[in-house]
Amino acid sequence: MSFALWTPLALPALLAVLSLVAPSPAVRRLSPVAASVVVLVSGLLLVSVVLADQVPTLGDGLLRADALSAYMLTVVGAVGLVSTWGGFGHATAVPGRFTGSYDALISIFLAAMSLAVLADNIGLMWAAVEATTIATAFLVGHHRTPRSLEAAWKYVILGSVGVAIALLGIVLIYAASRGTGEATLSWLVLSRAGLPLDPALMRAGGALAVLGFATKAGLAPMHSWLPDAHSQAPAPVSGLMSGVLLAVALYAILRIQTITDAVIGPDFLRIMLSVGGLLSLFVAAALLIRQRDFKRMLAYSSIEHMGMMAVGAAIGAAALPAVLLYVLGHGLTKATLFVISGRILEVEGTPKIDDVRALLVRRPGLAVPWLIAMAALIGFPPFSIFFSEVSIIVAGYSTGMGLVAGIALVLLLVIFASLTRLTVAMTIGAPAGTVAAAASAAAAAAVPAVSAAALTGVFPRVDADASVTLADTESIPEEPIVPDRSGHGPMLPLILALGTTAVVAFIAEPVGTLLTRAAEVLGGIQ
Amino acid sequence: MFTTIYPQLIGLCTGTLLLTSALMVWRHSLLASIRLLSVQGFALAALVAVIGLEEGEIEVILVSVLVLLVKGVALPWVLARETHATTRTDEAPRLNPTAALLTVALLTILSYVVASRLLAGETSISAHAAPIGLAMVLIGFLLLVTRRQAGSQLIGFLVLDNGIATVAFLTSGGVPLFLELGISLDVLLVVVILYVFAGRMRNKFGNTEIDQLRKLHD
Repeated sequence: MSFALWTPLALPALLAVLSLVAPSPAVRRLSPVAASVVVLVSGLLLVSVVLADQVPTLGDGLLRADALSAYMLTVVGAVGLVSTWGGFGHATAVPGRFTGSYDALISIFLAAMSLAVLADNIGLMWAAVEATTIATAFLVGHHRTPRSLEAAWKYVILGSVGVAIALLGIVLIYAASRGTGEATLSWLVLSRAGLPLDPALMRAGGALAVLGFATKAGLAPMHSWLPDAHSQAPAPVSGLMSGVLLAVALYAILRIQTITDAVIGPDFLRIMLSVGGLLSLFVAAALLIRQRDFKRMLAYSSIEHMGMMAVGAAIGAAALPAVLLYVLGHGLTKATLFVISGRILEVEGTPKIDDVRALLVRRPGLAVPWLIAMAALIGFPPFSIFFSEVSIIVAGYSTGMGLVAGIALVLLLVIFASLTRLTVAMTIGAPAGTVAAAASAAAAAAVPAVSAAALTGVFPRVDADASVTLADTESIPEEPIVPDRSGHGPMLPLILALGTTAVVAFIAEPVGTLLTRAAEVLGGIQ
Repeated sequence: MFTTIYPQLIGLCTGTLLLTSALMVWRHSLLASIRLLSVQGFALAALVAVIGLEEGEIEVILVSVLVLLVKGVALPWVLARETHATTRTDEAPRLNPTAALLTVALLTILSYVVASRLLAGETSISAHAAPIGLAMVLIGFLLLVTRRQAGSQLIGFLVLDNGIATVAFLTSGGVPLFLELGISLDVLLVVVILYVFAGRMRNKFGNTEIDQLRKLHD
């Protein structure tokens, strides 16, 4: 079954070439979806192999799929499928040259992430993570506006400098491994307990590598590129970057953590990851309270969730299955939300929360999935994010990290409140049209406009503004609102994604077994 | 014969690396910095070749040719094309030259202090020179933080990357060849991407100053 190790690398690359040379736009647009399917199917095949207690390897052990790799590959494929299929029909074609390059870059992006999770050699893993930066650089700058150019510049500079720091760390780990006779970067060899690795070099190397990959994972205080890049990229790309690219960087941190902990003990990286995680939660909480842009809102929510995963990684073994389930739940939910946000942006023409009101009345086709997905993201049961967050906090208390878990819980509640408020502001309420009707009636009856607004309004401020202007002009014809029930794109991927996150936490076999095995790979034996 | 001049050759190469880095901080002209970067690439390739000869490994010699082609020729050429297109791209950095050079001195001392603790058990000649690599990483950071032009930031990134490569070669004789290939390709592509973005920036804004990238905020 080791062919499933090269299919997620080679076939997307082939599809990328195909989308560059294919004359038909349909083939071009289908190729990223096909690439996601390839990655997903390969991931599921590898999962079935891993559950049968085999570890396929390829290329002299260079590529290797243990339970963790197989699980991550499946997540990459699943989130890729939701983003590319859901983003099907998204206005991506820039007139002029390089029409196929957008689709080709998405396929290459998927191949690079697959390589990152399948590589056993941490140097190769590093090169693949850097390749994701390269593949996504032009995708972030795709719209060619000054804003997207700014986002892309910051993303590439901070992303590649951060990943360069990780390379310095990996170089030091390589130097530390000379004590074993032959220097090596194989994770399998390095993770064996009791190797004579130089502790001082491992400490410095581990710290630098985690710091570098944390930049790529969007952990505070190295997060500043993330809201810009994720809000400026086209929606399917944001879904992929937010949903899995951050998780792939976290995966790299988990791998480095295992080999560092084996030499210098868990305390050193535990402190680093706790501080980074809590700081991310704090940054997200502070900036979500007054957020005005719904794509940036989703980006800050990614920082929040990555922070929570980092806290889980800091807690260690007991929390690892929850962290891995979190990766899947967050990936699918966030990809769904970014896809819908792209559609809202397209039909409403504005990224501002203030301008998108009463979506539930005006556009139920978009508002209903948005509300459900936001509920999943905020952490309502039965969606899996709820269970992940609860188990991380419980694991924190039970392993003596109660303070960290307590602070995380408080910050989560603040974020919960902010996100609920912003979601309600976008979806629930009376649309401008009914306000117009109420206001003209009020003006006719010579009732002060403000009180009419207070009667109709969940949002007195907006309603008051609208009714005052309407009362002044008194010439607005009454138009009945026709609710727009169209989903503005394929709905099946969104339904599948949300359905999966809703049930996945309840499936003990094989999901529970797989998560336990993947956590065992990292030394997380209960 | 070779073993007697080996320490001197290592010293010469690493000395050139540090000197070119410091000169890049001192010079404000982008074109001069690019020439220095090219010299630095040649010095790095020479360092790799010296290590390869000492260890008698063909693979390391191959890596040195690769380093020569990528860091000594290809990258400076890409950057120089970018610079010839514009007439004046002189830098007005945030630090004046005196303060910047003092900072370079401090960073070099710092990296010697850090490296002496990290490589306490090391006695080899190359490990003694490893602090130079760390100093180059820190100088690269300094350039990234204090420069305002897109091109100069790129040079800072490349000095940082050269520093990492120097540390790799001095502490462990370099990473395996296939990885060195991957890393070089990645760096080359990042530079090409940033070069394209700098071109778009000039089209949109008429110059390449980073300070104007301030539209996105909360």
